[in-house]
Amino acid sequence: MKPLFVRGPSPLLRMILALVLSLALIVTDHHFNHLGTLRSALLVLVYPLHVLANLPARLARQAENQLASEEQLRQLNSALHRENLTLKARLQQFEALEAENMRLRDLLGSSFNVGDRVLIAEILALDLAPYRQQVMINKGARSGVFVGQPVLDARAVMGQVIQTHAFAATVLLITDSEHSLPVEINRNGLRTIAAGTGLSQELQLLYIPKNADVKVGDLVVTSGLGERFPPGYPVARIKTVRHDPDNPFITVLAEPTARLDRSREVLLVWTLGQHTPEPPKASGLADPMAATQP
Amino acid sequence: MNAQRRRGGWLISLSLFIAFLLTILPMPPQFDAWRPQWVALVIIYWCLMSPERLGVFSAFVIGLALDVVSGTLLGQHSLTLSLLAYLVIELHPRIRVFPLWQQTLFVWVLLLADRLLTLWVLGATGQPMPSLTYWSPTFLGFLLWPWLSVLLNDLGRRAGVL
Repeated sequence: MKPLFVRGPSPLLRMILALVLSLALIVTDHHFNHLGTLRSALLVLVYPLHVLANLPARLARQAENQLASEEQLRQLNSALHRENLTLKARLQQFEALEAENMRLRDLLGSSFNVGDRVLIAEILALDLAPYRQQVMINKGARSGVFVGQPVLDARAVMGQVIQTHAFAATVLLITDSEHSLPVEINRNGLRTIAAGTGLSQELQLLYIPKNADVKVGDLVVTSGLGERFPPGYPVARIKTVRHDPDNPFITVLAEPTARLDRSREVLLVWTLGQHTPEPPKASGLADPMAATQP
Repeated sequence: MNAQRRRGGWLISLSLFIAFLLTILPMPPQFDAWRPQWVALVIIYWCLMSPERLGVFSAFVIGLALDVVSGTLLGQHSLTLSLLAYLVIELHPRIRVFPLWQQTLFVWVLLLADRLLTLWVLGATGQPMPSLTYWSPTFLGFLLWPWLSVLLNDLGRRAGVL
């Protein structure tokens, strides 16, 4: 026989307590940047679940590799070989340009670092919170990953690390509505801010005056002003420029160059000459909006 | 008494574990918007059928775990799930004897309440407002409930939870 009446504090009291606790948690988490340590500790506990959920995708990937025919592999090999050749040819030029660039910068007396250390991580195939643009990667604090670290894919900037624990890290993508990064337009060096819109294929460039020289198709690169992203990495390509009469600025939308929803592997970047493991929260900036707060 | 109350706890844990897995399992983007609220469904079931085993606090802790697993704001799921658990526990003597179709309607209303509360949290914390497909998981949950309750009834009876 089951008891008809539940003993202990009444459900109403428990519910009110739970609601108050939840609201307190929401407020602290929202205002104090993700309750870092608590969440990291809890993430370690649920890591097996993440690995297990990632398993089907991993097995499918392995099966794909196993079942690939010799013909396909041969084709892939020759395609990669050709790509490698063209990339190498371009790299020869790049090295000459890099040397020339450093020489010119020496003449100008400015300090500049070309060359970063990178590590390849794999994206865990998990569907995290809907309506947020974030992914988990399979490298964590044990591999030296730190909060605020820039994450790239083969083409462009993807986002930055917002959570780490020993074995994995959470990456906030540049398209998340709470992410913005300082950028400049590659053609003329016009500085602006690329803010995420929450849509996976759209960034908005903020505070560009009406008379600015902006064209559809312009490449947007990181400016390095937020001291989080190294300068000069491609971010997006401008896709629409709109003049709204009631707005003091023009509305500029750009499409991220990185394949945010299709990449499997990402590159984690350590900028050389970076002394502090965690870069300062971009505070001393000319424009307060340029802070890249996750 | 105590021995009887402890029996079959593995089934509750297992069903919750599977619900968690289904929540974060990768799916093609076109189905992603339709992903049912698995954890909410399972919590509703256990609170309905065995409220002395799964109470408001358990729902709170499960919600917190879900927040960590899926990377939402801490407290977002624990808020909605503990409220759901409370409503079910308060009304369970009545709901349990409803015919299945009425029960299903009640569960649908609960799932809608879960979505509405989440929407409030999203709005209050300035996250982007989702489109109308945001409500579609409740319909899928509505269709799933009869099957889920029949399946868990059967398993629960075998494991001795019910």
